[in-house]
Formats: sequence, C-alpha cells, structure tokens
Amino acid sequence: MNNSIMHNKTIADIIAGLDSGEFTSVEITQHYLKRIQQLDSTYNSYITVNEASALAQAEAADKRRAEGNAPAFCGVPIAHKDIFCTNGVRTSCGSKMLDNFVPPYDATVVENFARAGAVILGKTNMDEFAMGSSNETSFYGPVKNPWDINTVPGGSSGGSATAVAAHLAPGATATDTGGSIRQPAALCGITGLKPTYGRVSRWGMIAFASSLDQGGPMARTAEDCALMLNIMAGFDPKDSTSIDQGVPDYTENLNQSLEGLKVGVPKEYFEEGLNPGTEQAVRDALAELEKQGATLVSISLPHTKLAVPAYYVIAPAEASANLSRFDGARYGYRCEDPKDLRDMYMRTRGEGFGDEVKRRILVGAYCLSAGYYDAYYRKAQQVRRLIKQDFVDAFETVDVIMGPTAPTPAFEFGAKGNDPVAMYLEDIYTIATNLAGLPGMSVPCGFVDNKPVGLQIIGNYFDESRMLNVAHQFQQTTDWHQQAPEGIEVEGIKAGDTE
Amino acid sequence: MTIERADIEKLAELARIEINEATIAETTQSIADVLALVDQLQAADTEGVEPMAHPSDAVQRLRADEVTESNHRDDFQAIAPATEAGLYLVPKVID
Repeated sequence: MNNSIMHNKTIADIIAGLDSGEFTSVEITQHYLKRIQQLDSTYNSYITVNEASALAQAEAADKRRAEGNAPAFCGVPIAHKDIFCTNGVRTSCGSKMLDNFVPPYDATVVENFARAGAVILGKTNMDEFAMGSSNETSFYGPVKNPWDINTVPGGSSGGSATAVAAHLAPGATATDTGGSIRQPAALCGITGLKPTYGRVSRWGMIAFASSLDQGGPMARTAEDCALMLNIMAGFDPKDSTSIDQGVPDYTENLNQSLEGLKVGVPKEYFEEGLNPGTEQAVRDALAELEKQGATLVSISLPHTKLAVPAYYVIAPAEASANLSRFDGARYGYRCEDPKDLRDMYMRTRGEGFGDEVKRRILVGAYCLSAGYYDAYYRKAQQVRRLIKQDFVDAFETVDVIMGPTAPTPAFEFGAKGNDPVAMYLEDIYTIATNLAGLPGMSVPCGFVDNKPVGLQIIGNYFDESRMLNVAHQFQQTTDWHQQAPEGIEVEGIKAGDTE
Repeated sequence: MTIERADIEKLAELARIEINEATIAETTQSIADVLALVDQLQAADTEGVEPMAHPSDAVQRLRADEVTESNHRDDFQAIAPATEAGLYLVPKVID
C-alpha cells in the first residue's frame, strides 16, 4: 500500500507525520472530510459528519503541537460509533427513537479522545441500538461493504468497519455485545478488538445489554488498535461495572517473539456451518503462527453450542429493561398527539423502534415474565457460568484461543433479513466471549471470492497486551491487513468506481 | 412451548409497544422461532450450577454518601418534548 497517500496512512504513520511536520492536522482532516463527501453517499458509513467542529479541533491541535504541548492523539482524525454520547452532537444509536437526541454530555470514551487531542470526523452508522449483525436494521439505511457493495459490512459496528476499510477514517470506536466489533472487522478486512468486560468505561455508551456491552477500537492494524486502546481503557468511577485495575502501555509488548506461545484451537469452532474457504484461511493463519514458534493445542469448549441460545435470553432480557427508558417523556421521539399517557407510551415505542428492537424487547419481556423466569433467565445464567468455565479450564493450558471470527464471509443484503435465527447464528463464534467477559480480536487472514476473512484471537482476562502482540507479529509476516478494496488506495477516486 | 397471538398481545401491552395489526402474525412467528432457539437450553445439565449475572462476579461498588453532581436540569429539559416551569409535561393522567 502506498502510504505517501494521506488516507493510506495508519494512525502510527499519522502521528509520525504530524510529529515530523510532513503535514498538519488541518491538512489531513480536510483530506478525510473531502473523501467522506465524495464517497460516503456510496457506503453510508457516517450518520453525521462534523465538518466545522472537526476543522476547529484540527486547528486547535496544530496550535498545541506548535506550542510543544501535544498529547498522544493530538490532531489525529477518528470517528465515533453513533452509540457514544457526544455533547452537542446528535447521537442517534441508529434509531428513529433518538433521531433528534443531542446529548448534553460526552461519554467517557469521547472525553478520553478529546483529552488526547483527537479530531472527531463524525458519528458512524450502526444497527439500531446495536442489535444486528448486518447493519440492515439502521434507521439511516444499510451500510455497504467496500469489498462488494452488494454485501453487508456486518454489524452492529458496520459503519465504523466500513469507514476504516474504505479509508474514510484511519480508526473508529465501536462496541461489541455479541460480536459487534469482531464480526464487522472480519467482514470488512480490518482489525478490531473487544476488550475484557469492565476495561473500557460504558458511561455515556447507550446501553443494550449491560452485562455484555463493551467498547473497543477498530483500525487497520493491531498497532493502531493498541494506540487507541491506550486512550480508551481505564477505570471510571462513573461506570459501576468499570474495573479498577492499572492500564499497561498496550504498544509495549507488540514486538515480542511468539516463540513458545500456546494457541488453543477449539474443535467446536471448526464444525458444520463453517465455510470451507474461511476454514482454509484460518488454518493457513494458524500454520503461519506455528512458523513463528507458536504451538497449536487442540482443545474443547464443550458448551459452545449453548452460547447463542443463552445469549438470546440474557441480551433481550437486559435490553427490555434498558430500553424501557425510551418512553417519549424526557428526550427522543414522542408520537404525534397522544390521547393519554398509555397511548403516548404505546405509539412512541411502536413508531420509534424498528422491528428487530421490538422483537428483542418482546423476547426479553417474555423470558422475564412470571412463570418463565426460572425456565429461561435463570437457566441461561447457569449456562453462562458453564460457558465461562470452559474458557477458564482452557486457559489453564493455553495462552490464547484462535479460530474463525465469523462462519462465512460477507453475505448479500436481504439474505438473512427475514430469518432472525439465521442472522443470530452469524455470531456463533463471538458470543461466548461476551458471555464469559473475555477479550476477543479479529485480524484479517485471507479472502474467499475476494471477500475478507477474519482470524479470531481470544485472550484471558485483561490479557489484551498479549493478543495485540500476537496480532502484531502475525501482521509482520502477512499483508492481509494491507489489502484495500479496489480503487480505495488511489488518489482522487469517485464514488461508484469500486463497483 | 407454543406462543400464540394472544401471548404477543399481552407482551406488547406489558412492554408498552404498539404492534400493527398487519404485522402481528409475522411477529408471533418470528418470536416463536427465537424461543425455539433458546429452548435448546433446556437440554443443558445445570444441576447445582450457580447462576452468573456478571462476567467477573463483581458486586456493586459503594461510595461515600456525598453530593457529586451539579444541577443540569435546564440542559436536560432543553431536549425534552414538552416541559413547563421545570417539569416534564405528559398527557393528562387524572381528570
């Protein structure tokens, strides 16, 4: 990839270029804004573009740098998933319910990037309330996968993934409740990391399923994810589930050798349902790591098949409680001319939520309702412990666990639209790590029919440094992460050229 | 476990979500499909397993009983659908 072209630069390149004076933050910000304006009508990866405020932030960043007072991300442009509240900037969560919602405060993640001097290009598209694996549930329309605009980018962080893959942002924040960082990263050929539950503050991140939601970075390389995680991670007293544990410098161990690394390969992740091309790409990636000195260890995670069923009790149950706040009384959408309070609730929620969100609220209400609680919710929480124990046992003998991120490469729009259960199975390899609270990553590892494949790396609790080290070393001897969709890396391209 | 139209109507009432007459059959079917998926849980042997509510089994952190927030009422109400004299307005509940 020609990295003398501005939009091919990684975040690490951008920091170096700003430091050396090769270009200014205003220059690179203008470059990205122009690209977004030219190309994003094709991809629909942004819901809101912050042209004026991004330029003001870039000017301020250049000034700080000139004064010799540049924090870590000073002048680096990134995008935020539209689930993170941004003070004074509409935060829709991909929903009609919040189409008019302008938060009066910043999420902690947003505040952290502001403090680090980042420039915010805009807010990225997503499945409504992060519920989806294809970005087709967004109120703002589907996002197109830059590798093939007839296919989905994955979800729910499909806007962030596409923005990074189409070089409309060098990095973007995202969230992952059941695979929403890793699966779109896989389908769009980029690198994404879901940290350990409690590592990144959830404060100001609109809640879907509170015991599963976790924010994390998406970028083109593991090194860039490490740089972003340095800004995102940390204890936050405002999030009651944030964990008070020191944050290492995630770039520190990137260059360690993989000699002696024990990689667990779960047999359950290579059974029926896995695309043969995807399997081949993942097996080749594992062989590559063996060449670098890693040892593959065959392991079993016996409760894998129960992860999706357990998730579709726990996540909807938590969602039904979390989304009860959208009632038309205090902010967001309110239906026209409600005739009484009940009518206001019923129509506000009936009109403001899309089909998938309604479906999950109803499933959650069912699982929590009198007479069914023990059979569904309690049972799912017991299974959740069994799933966690599978991983705890595995990590007694291995350092990381690897397999495919998603069972297939990107699929066409509408392919699974009418079958929620088929869509839910998209996350079959990612959901268990959310239930266990473990960190997981997806790294590009090949192609099937010119569509990217992701290698999943699951780490032990708070072992993000090691995962990033493994991913970075893999990216030193492979160039899958440097591939770009046709037309993306060249200069001055027009929308539609990628078809 | 079979789920019927009447169950969906009851759930929609509990969750305060209006469901269109035209889509109720489809909604019922798709929720039945999801519940069939989650019914796979019933096969799991969970005898004696403690339910797990939180990945790291953390408990609620306590803090000193002090005022930490300042008053943001005007900011919050600036984005409300309807307010008056610092109160949120909703349709009349009592005649």
